[in-house]
Amino acid sequence: MSARLMRPLLAVALAGVLAATATGCGGEGDASDSGKTTLVVKTFSQFGYEDLYKEYEAAHPDIDIKEENISQMGDYLPKLQQWMATGHGAGDVVALEEGIITQFMEKPDQFVNLLDHGAGSLKGEYLDWKWKQALTRDGKQLVGLGTDVGAQGMCYRTDLFKKAGLPTDREKVGALWPTWEEYLATGEKFKDAKTGAHFFDSAGSIYQNILMQQGDHTYYDTDNKLVIDSNPGVKAAWDQTVEMIDAGLSGNIMPWSPQWNAGFKKGTFATIPCPSWMLGTIEKQSGPENAGKWDVAKVPGNGAVRGGSFLAVPKQSGHQKEAAELVKFLTSAKGQTTAFKSKNNFPSALKAIDDPAVKGFTNKYFNDAPVGKIFGESVKGLEPVYLGPKNTPIGDRVGNALAAIEQGKLAPDEAWDRAVDDAERVAN
Amino acid sequence: MAIDMRPGPAGKSSESTDTGGPGPAKERGRLLSRLDAAASPYLFISPFFLIFAVFGLFPLGYTAWVSLHKWELAGKGDFIGLDNYTELFGDPDFWNAVVNTLGMLVLATVPQLLIALVLASLLNQRLRGLTLLRMGVLIPIVTSVAAVGIVFSQIFDRDAGMVNGLLDLVGIAPVDWRADKWSSWIAISSMVNWRWTGYNALIYLAAMQSIPKELYEAAVIDGAGRIRQFWSITVPNIRPAVIFTVIVSTIAGMQLFTEPLIFGQGAYAISGGTLRQFQTVSMYMFEKAFRDFDLGYGSAVAWVIFLIIAFLMLVNYLFTRRAK
Repeated sequence: MSARLMRPLLAVALAGVLAATATGCGGEGDASDSGKTTLVVKTFSQFGYEDLYKEYEAAHPDIDIKEENISQMGDYLPKLQQWMATGHGAGDVVALEEGIITQFMEKPDQFVNLLDHGAGSLKGEYLDWKWKQALTRDGKQLVGLGTDVGAQGMCYRTDLFKKAGLPTDREKVGALWPTWEEYLATGEKFKDAKTGAHFFDSAGSIYQNILMQQGDHTYYDTDNKLVIDSNPGVKAAWDQTVEMIDAGLSGNIMPWSPQWNAGFKKGTFATIPCPSWMLGTIEKQSGPENAGKWDVAKVPGNGAVRGGSFLAVPKQSGHQKEAAELVKFLTSAKGQTTAFKSKNNFPSALKAIDDPAVKGFTNKYFNDAPVGKIFGESVKGLEPVYLGPKNTPIGDRVGNALAAIEQGKLAPDEAWDRAVDDAERVAN
Repeated sequence: MAIDMRPGPAGKSSESTDTGGPGPAKERGRLLSRLDAAASPYLFISPFFLIFAVFGLFPLGYTAWVSLHKWELAGKGDFIGLDNYTELFGDPDFWNAVVNTLGMLVLATVPQLLIALVLASLLNQRLRGLTLLRMGVLIPIVTSVAAVGIVFSQIFDRDAGMVNGLLDLVGIAPVDWRADKWSSWIAISSMVNWRWTGYNALIYLAAMQSIPKELYEAAVIDGAGRIRQFWSITVPNIRPAVIFTVIVSTIAGMQLFTEPLIFGQGAYAISGGTLRQFQTVSMYMFEKAFRDFDLGYGSAVAWVIFLIIAFLMLVNYLFTRRAK
């Protein structure tokens, strides 16, 4: 071929190749090379499913499971939103935290209806309210199956308590604070002992815990009307938290920040309200050198849910049937028991709650605390709390307003007005 | 293969080189060759425009389309015209973010370019180990933004930070760097300055090296000192480079995102501090779109950022043209 002919052809080919590389990189990986179906499971934080995957793969030789984990829920949420909005990347199974699922319940058509995959017969196996959280109002679609519930405990450092002259035995520690007022009084004693540590990490985590004990709804009523300003429960939780900030008990350390992580290692705070799922985080952040220094006591006030998740199958999954089966397996009573033993995520399946393996489980890292029993007791007193559609963004703003008080940048009244104002703007 | 890209008269060269084949083939060859001359330059540059259309123009247009809708969780909602924009103009959080961004833009760009200018003129001298020093100023740019953010966040840490440690030595009470506007702006600007000063210095250096030596020699004869030479010869002669760095820094400054986000820390760092002390406009866009799930509003923010950058460029252009 002559050079003259080659030139334009070459140009066309070059342009074509470049255009193809620019646009054609969206091929979805479907591990068909081994003939196996790959199911991608998207999670955040710690779900404790490693052993369950192995077991499931052994029983289903044609299935390969891949978990993609994002450690912070705050990072997971925007990703999830992106996957759902673009219709790509959500994989086959996604984890939905209770604050997230409320947003998706508004538009459930992005998820596979698990009732179509025989989940209906499982209804009696779960805590009734947990089941209802993932069920549309007309009762026709089940978006997800429940995994854990955020049963409450109060984690504390025995070494710091000892230093402050407080009891270290978990029964006696629990007896120190039947109510939040008495928790505050204990905190003042702790502060007077001058151990160099703060009594708790941040006002936000205390507030969240008290808030969830204040009745069946928080910022929204069950008709999705914003009631942050008129719900006395919200104001009560706020006021109680402000009292503790005023008493100088807070370490003013943002949860999930590097300071917070370091605080676990160095023991810069003595207590932290710990939903069951947080035990895994505390153990990971405190590290092996602090084994046995943490312990778990009863939480002040009544039992309350805080956190807890669901597994759902996005409509965009290419293997909806297989994914639904995997969800049923992972959320079964047996699956939840295994996850609890691995990371202490407290089960929402009744059989698992009553399973002796759960009830009698002690956590070695936490001074052999009988966490199965402690969380089990807390879960029995649980009152389900309704969270409205924009619960998470509103909660973020209220948390920020509290932190501004801790930083001494706003007076409590100003901070409250700001939180209410922000919430109203987010909700409309 | 050497390719002649000049769109000259196509037939001429082919006639002179062709050693006479059959008639129709010759005809075809001529046609192809004419097509080649007319079209291949466009084909050669087309990849850029194709890629730009796919990754530049299309998202721009699509964002504009989304911003005209109430576009929430499950995708497209109702068409609401310019409602998102009218709401945006009355949104105090947005204006707060604009002020923060512009404030940090000034704090980061002005010292950065001034230091770069001085640094470049020093590197333009005859020094020992010059190549090493010139390479040295480039090292910060190799560091990832995230790494810079993490290290500086520790340096400006409230409880265990190095800066507070040094302040303590001279008897100044520790500063909660994240809690106030001024302190957080300084911390974040210092990250930007540290990372980009060397990069700008090298651009200035390259420009300085093209200044004729005779100018300096003449200046020396006229008795001008080093500082006088710097302001009267160096700076005016590298004007195009200065304009370039100002424009690039302005665009980068308007898109500031990673540094303040990492500095913010915690689960809700996207708000840029408890009272939005250091939330930039791109953080606000992300917060509205991906934390509050209001994609239409987020798109409107994105477009207004684009317009602000365009406006700043216009001001820049008018300013530099007048100064000519």
